[in-house]
Amino acid sequence: MQSTAQVNTQAAGPVRTRQSSPWRDAWYRLKKQKTALIGLFVIIFFIVVGLLAPVITSQPWDGQNLADKLKPPSAQHWFGTDDLGRDIFTRVIYGARISLWVGFFSVVGSIVIGTSMGLVAGYYGRWVDTIISRLFDIILAFPSILLAIAIVTILGPGLSNALIAIAVINVPTYGRLVRSRVLSIKEEEYVTAAKVLGMSHARILFSHILPNSMAPIIVQGTLGVATAVLEAAALGFLGLGAQAPQPEWGKMIADSRQYITAAYWTVLFPGLAIMLTVLGFNLFGDGLRDALDPKMKQ
Amino acid sequence: MFSYIIRRLLHLIPVLIGMSLVVFAIIHAIPGDPALMILGEHATPGALEALRAKLHLNEPLYQQYFYYMLDILQGDLGESLRTKQAISLEIGAYLTATIELAIAALIFAIVVGVNAGIIAAWKRASWFDYIAMLVALVGVSMPVFWLGLMEQWVFVDKLDLLPSTGRFNPREPVDGITGFYVLDTILSGNWAGLKDVVLHLILPSIALGTIPMAIIARMTRSSMLEVMKSDYIRTARAKGLREFWVIYKHALRNAFAPVLTVIGLQLGSLLGGAILTETIFGWPGVGRYINDAIAFRDYPVVQSGVLVIAFLFVMINLVVDILYAYIDPRIQYK
Repeated sequence: MQSTAQVNTQAAGPVRTRQSSPWRDAWYRLKKQKTALIGLFVIIFFIVVGLLAPVITSQPWDGQNLADKLKPPSAQHWFGTDDLGRDIFTRVIYGARISLWVGFFSVVGSIVIGTSMGLVAGYYGRWVDTIISRLFDIILAFPSILLAIAIVTILGPGLSNALIAIAVINVPTYGRLVRSRVLSIKEEEYVTAAKVLGMSHARILFSHILPNSMAPIIVQGTLGVATAVLEAAALGFLGLGAQAPQPEWGKMIADSRQYITAAYWTVLFPGLAIMLTVLGFNLFGDGLRDALDPKMKQ
Repeated sequence: MFSYIIRRLLHLIPVLIGMSLVVFAIIHAIPGDPALMILGEHATPGALEALRAKLHLNEPLYQQYFYYMLDILQGDLGESLRTKQAISLEIGAYLTATIELAIAALIFAIVVGVNAGIIAAWKRASWFDYIAMLVALVGVSMPVFWLGLMEQWVFVDKLDLLPSTGRFNPREPVDGITGFYVLDTILSGNWAGLKDVVLHLILPSIALGTIPMAIIARMTRSSMLEVMKSDYIRTARAKGLREFWVIYKHALRNAFAPVLTVIGLQLGSLLGGAILTETIFGWPGVGRYINDAIAFRDYPVVQSGVLVIAFLFVMINLVVDILYAYIDPRIQYK
């Protein structure tokens, strides 16, 4: 998130005899970072759990059983049951689908919009740049969750509107990143060469400038999923995201918070799920940054 | 410096206009009939018409915006549908509560974050370093509202150490002078009240301050590690200075600039996080004011609450930017 200039203090990489490509080098560096691999493992774990939810648990996520309400964790209900007697383990597992869905697609949305705007602003400059940059300034003038609340209030509460809001508030993150990359890449000799050879603007943008901006976008995108999952949970908690009976983690916590004294498990497990998912993306994102883009390393 | 401030102020104009448009849209761009949305389906035609007239909903959109801006510039933030009070009068008390909480959270974040970062860098690769960085990583990965609930569960329900909600013990209310109760109790010499108010601040400010604390700790550590490789640190050590002074005087002073940047960036997350923290801890701040308004579909309060917090955020950023330029003249706005 910091835009302060970073100094590349990375020493020259180890001597290698094999054929090297930027992506292979990145993978080689990534493999050496244990924490990044742990993060990757956690991400894959939650993806698999979400995909295989119907196989892992035989209970339906909305199956109520009032006779069994607020039961503590047991062999039958690993994470206990909530105030409607629903199995929390089942709901947490199905919740992975919702959180990863919102996290992933909101980030993809932000990247597509932000990258396009950043490319155009940085490449064309002048008034186009001024307008787009001011638009980013306006979005960044709000504390992000507050702007998300404003957008969802306009669009109406619900999971898909929450996804849109989260995508919008994060557009400037990618937009500014790409814009600053474009501004520096634009001056490179190979871009000048492409211009001299008569290459079209679109082709220069998409075959020269965009590929050279990919590494920081991927890094920021990975860290962005972590932020998006947290923001989706916060909107769910405020009643503006997923609606009952959807097993969204933030919503589950909001609905159970009044029972925390008598039944802590109703709040503990959905929160742990959020934390682990976010931690996974943060660990992997940090590792990716060091591996893919040594210049961004702090 | 002067021209920098002027440029920075001019730069604020489009931002404020854009901000007002977004906030304006909260009521005026709701799909369908905003009056019907606000008052609900059981509203009488008379009440609907009255609200339409009050919000100028029968005029074209650009005129509605014009009337809205005219009201705002005159300090009229509208009227709460729930309490029927002028929002501009109501919001002051909520705002001081939010600012007090945010300041407490910031103090926690800076004191703990900076010191943890320094010690982690000083004792690099020690158990303290590993644990501090693990805590920092977990800290940025936790939802604020969940941390708040877990704090209540452990420190209120289980250990019964701290009060769980509100700003003071309702049986012994604090006399409001400025609205900042820590200050008020000191001014009136009410030491029992001060203890009570501070105890009420602990849990919410830790919940709100944890993410900034974690980010500040990581930044301080990496910045200190960078600085401690410098020649002047070696010189300071070579001349026999005690390690404590080398770290806190020579290294910290040079490592602090990026930390300060991060602290400035965190102010926004504090104001945003306040809405979640205040909801959990029954803290009567603007965040809870907005949250209650969402539940009651009190759109004018949502609108004005968002506007006030966003405006505060923009102003804080302005002051922070000017301070940077003052501290480090190399930072000049393009």
